[in-house]
Amino acid sequence: MTRRGRSAGVKRIALNGAGLLVALFAAFPVYWMIATSLKPSSEIFSSTPRPVPSEPTLAHYREILTGNLIPGVTFADFFLNSALVAVSTVLLSGLVALLAATAVARFRFKLRTSFLIMLLVVQMIPLEALVIPLFLMIQRLGLYNTLPSLILTYLGFSLPFAVWMLRGFVAAVPKELEEAAAIDGASRAQIFRKVLFPLVAPGLVATSIFSFITAWNELIFALTFINDQDRYTLPVAMTFFFGRDDTAWGPVMAASTLFTLPVIIFFLLVQRRMVSGLVAGAVKG
Amino acid sequence: MTTLTEVPETSAARETPARRRRRVDRLPYLLLLPCLVIIAVLLLWPLGQVVAMSFFRLNNVRQLRGDREWPWVGFENYAEIIGDPFFLTVLRNTVLFAVANVVLTMILGTLVGLLLNRLGRKMAAFVASCVMLAWATPALTGTIVWKWIFDDTSGLVTWLFNALPDGLSTSLFGRSDWTGYGWFNSPLLFFSILTLVVVWHSFPFIAVSVLAGLKSVPSELHEAARVDGAGPWKVFWRITFPLLRPVFGILIVLSTIWDFKVFTQQFVLAGGTQDRPTFMLSIYSYAEAFSPPPKYGLGAAIAVILTLILLVVTGFYVRMVLKQEEDA
Repeated sequence: MTRRGRSAGVKRIALNGAGLLVALFAAFPVYWMIATSLKPSSEIFSSTPRPVPSEPTLAHYREILTGNLIPGVTFADFFLNSALVAVSTVLLSGLVALLAATAVARFRFKLRTSFLIMLLVVQMIPLEALVIPLFLMIQRLGLYNTLPSLILTYLGFSLPFAVWMLRGFVAAVPKELEEAAAIDGASRAQIFRKVLFPLVAPGLVATSIFSFITAWNELIFALTFINDQDRYTLPVAMTFFFGRDDTAWGPVMAASTLFTLPVIIFFLLVQRRMVSGLVAGAVKG
Repeated sequence: MTTLTEVPETSAARETPARRRRRVDRLPYLLLLPCLVIIAVLLLWPLGQVVAMSFFRLNNVRQLRGDREWPWVGFENYAEIIGDPFFLTVLRNTVLFAVANVVLTMILGTLVGLLLNRLGRKMAAFVASCVMLAWATPALTGTIVWKWIFDDTSGLVTWLFNALPDGLSTSLFGRSDWTGYGWFNSPLLFFSILTLVVVWHSFPFIAVSVLAGLKSVPSELHEAARVDGAGPWKVFWRITFPLLRPVFGILIVLSTIWDFKVFTQQFVLAGGTQDRPTFMLSIYSYAEAFSPPPKYGLGAAIAVILTLILLVVTGFYVRMVLKQEEDA
């Protein structure tokens, strides 16, 4: 019994040790990004790296937020461009997805299954293969070098997953509530606004966060469709200004931190649904 | 009075079901319409367009704007790509990279999933939150940080190798001073670091999905097997794996699709589209189309080849999901 107890103890220590190693591997780059962003340049470029910033400073943040990366344009402008594109994508995609999800979750109609299969297939289209034809479309529409070109593109990319995810939330709202409202004389529009919408709202928020992250993180299309530097989104600005050989790692890490933190916060709020949305779970309706 | 009120009521009762049925028939399609239009215009139409473009010689933006003619060249773009020995290099890079990354991601992700299932509650929560951080980090900034870790002057890895005892470092690698060492210069090293970055980004999803699967397996099965004297290796292959086979199937297919079209990580790590020896299909297509001189037709043909490969993999995925939905 004691031998068994001891070997169980050893096992526990080994398991916990492995757990710590995994945690270190996963979280270290994020920690290192934040730590570097807070170090003075002398410390960043010293030959012996310090695990913790010895004299934390916000100098790099001040530099990127107030300094002009190109005449007249600051980091804050790129931040605004990115936010404008991402928020517009979220609003449009949320509205359209809610309508489609209601149709799929609340009605039985002929092409319902075909539509669901199409949603699945469409999500697997390699977006990287669409850069060239979408570039053509944007040129033809006269939207080249405008932020709406990106909003339009990201709307298409985020919509299929948004519908797929949202239909689970709509289906989860008990139908009886709507029927009760209908008996009380509420119109369809009223039922949608006063009964269904408030109950689906949390799901809509979760779905919106995914659309936001899609739009916020996207690089290739923004790189291709935008020409003027003052219209760059954050990812483009970061590769353009910091991806060069002589890299100033302090400001780069400060910018990376500012870019990453909103995504991490949003992501942690909704990650559970991501797994179920992709693997199984939310597939009923 | 009573008759007056009764008459409209009965006529309404006679009319409503028919009218409502008609409305119900049309309503779902109306609700779907905006979604269908957007998917058709922004995803399906471009998908057809990329195929069409691959049959033309398009070397000028003016052709895209419609100011100039599109000369039809049939399969010439495809012939040019497949006839180029460089295409073989790209295809080999793509396939080897995808296979290596899928295998490594699956192994690491599964091990971490199993580990999370065995840890105590607090420890599991801590490790899971750290793992989430890697998942949540955008591909762009995650790659930038790894690039900084491998920086050739002040990067952590360079420092680590410099810190090795000189004799050991020389006998192992033939050099003791690593400052200025180009970590990204040889294709093999470049792909190793790219693999590290991509696996770091993608193993959390596998781990969390496997964990979710494990939670749904009744723990009595594992306990019974262990009481019967089966080791962890046997328990995994005889019990866990067969039970979670559908989950593993979908995870492998999804990983394959994702790893075949890695772009952002490669673009950032290579610092653009100049490093031709490390090209894979997606960046090859992009570079042909958009680095001067532009060759949109040729780039489109490469994109079509990539899409065809992924189409086969997607076929497997859709079949699996539909089967799962039927079973559920």
